[in-house]
Amino acid sequence: MDLLNAFIALSNFVLIPGIAYGSQLALGALGVTLIYGILRFSNFAHGDTMAFGAMATIMVTWLLQSWGISLGPLPTALLALPFGIAFTALLLLGTDRVIYRFYRTQKSPPVIFLIVSLGVMFIMNGLVRFIIGPGDQRFADGERFIIRAREFKAWTGLSEGLAFKTSQGITVITAVIVVAWLFWFLNKTRTGKSMRAFSDNEDLALLSGINPERVVTITWILVAALATIAGVLYGLDKGFKPFTYFQLLLPIFAAAIVGGLGNPLGAITGGFVIAFSEVTITYAFKKVLTYILPDSLDPTGLVQLLSTDYKFAVSFVILIIVLLFKPTGLFKGKAL
Amino acid sequence: MIVVDGLVKKFGGFHAVDGASLSIEKGTITGLIGPNGAGKTTLFNVIAGVHSPTAGRVTMQGEDITGLPPHELFHKGLLRTFQIAHEFSSMTCRENLMMVPGGQSGETLWNTWFGRKRIAEEERALRAKADEVLEFLTIEHLSEQRAGEISGGQKKLLELGRTMMVDAKIVFLDEVGAGVNRTLLNTIGDAIVRLNKERDYTFVVIEHDMDFIGRICDPVICMAEGKVLAEGTLDEIKANEQVIEAYLGTGLKNKVKEETGA
Repeated sequence: MDLLNAFIALSNFVLIPGIAYGSQLALGALGVTLIYGILRFSNFAHGDTMAFGAMATIMVTWLLQSWGISLGPLPTALLALPFGIAFTALLLLGTDRVIYRFYRTQKSPPVIFLIVSLGVMFIMNGLVRFIIGPGDQRFADGERFIIRAREFKAWTGLSEGLAFKTSQGITVITAVIVVAWLFWFLNKTRTGKSMRAFSDNEDLALLSGINPERVVTITWILVAALATIAGVLYGLDKGFKPFTYFQLLLPIFAAAIVGGLGNPLGAITGGFVIAFSEVTITYAFKKVLTYILPDSLDPTGLVQLLSTDYKFAVSFVILIIVLLFKPTGLFKGKAL
Repeated sequence: MIVVDGLVKKFGGFHAVDGASLSIEKGTITGLIGPNGAGKTTLFNVIAGVHSPTAGRVTMQGEDITGLPPHELFHKGLLRTFQIAHEFSSMTCRENLMMVPGGQSGETLWNTWFGRKRIAEEERALRAKADEVLEFLTIEHLSEQRAGEISGGQKKLLELGRTMMVDAKIVFLDEVGAGVNRTLLNTIGDAIVRLNKERDYTFVVIEHDMDFIGRICDPVICMAEGKVLAEGTLDEIKANEQVIEAYLGTGLKNKVKEETGA
């Protein structure tokens, strides 16, 4: 019974949050990796693109809510998501037209693009705060829990409760659908193949008659969709605040690099590696150990390896360790 | 077919192509020779739209094509291959070929969702064509193999195959023979000649192997230091003093003269 309790406690505080957070990071890292693979630069504006997508979705959610439209037990944000994606796609295509295209025709080296994206990041950063303000915004509605801790205890008779939030369930399901769709798209459709071709060998793709501007446009639209979905899922799960999205850039890049920049499978693996390391290293294992160990060995401290304040450091330690041993990331990067 | 007029391409202060003028007749297999650094590949790159020229004009059948991007030239029937074979390494050989005709209806997001039937039909036709091309090139057994895993010579054949997926008018081959063994080189040569005869392709071939040039090319153009030195049959070119000088340098030329008693 104690073992079961320990497992439930672990699931409640580590496994479930880890899976949800991992899915969010994976979706974010997929966007970063797509841009790196096809447009060949590290897009520092990705975190703020997620913030913009989430913000656009929140605005539409509020509008829908004011009209009394809802999805019943599901959050209304899901209904607003397609509109959010559309707005974000317009923003990204606009940015590309006004800013990135200039550097593309100049054939600028990737490092110039990186610095340009840094500028774009600050603009988006300001734009989001200007429109929705820097504070916390709540937009989750509908049923909050799939499984409640108290009900779970009453139902199983265990002393540990298990809470499973709707937002976590939606995150995992959406992530699975989006990832499956993306892989189908990249591997099976002609559009996806021309994107992979462009990523694999740009010169040859051009000489095969593939229109580069079209590939770029489609990439931005996909990135807008991935960023908005990731942003909204993160917001539903942990609340929306522009600054947290800016901070998310770090674990997202760590995830993409750990997995191998440019490799979608790597982005997903990297997302989960980073998420689980963050969650396990900053979790206080006192409770779990108390259940497992004999009474005489019960820990007196929290058994927390690192305070949660340092969680962003975890991504970097993992990043350094992986890059020391596998410089191209866990999966071979650079081509879709 | 192609007329190049006073083409100049500078990289910084260096004139890679320095006022080259030449014309390529329809239906020929033109050989382009010259010592290393003569500007042959740069000339190809400028014609094929990879670089835009510093000065000069390129026309194709009377139409000005100077500085057009590669994918537009592709749709006009101007294709090229690379000195070091390029391939989409993560795709199979068949998929590599099926990538080729750009502008397929499956390339827009809209059709991915709403034009599935049309895409399926197109893909079926493409697949049949790709298999036909693989058979023509005698590499049909590689159709399911990833292109990154096949040998260098086979990649060269695949490059040639890529030009056969569309009705090319003119194909620029950059050192098809580099790093390819004799037998495979003969296969490539045969394929080039057959394409020229049966499908009316015009070829421009950069090559260092003079036997290969002599076997398939007429006329031959010799370049050196970014300029066109001479034009004619291979024998004429070989007899041209300037050409010998460019290849061997003046000192050696005199030695050759002495030895041959000229």
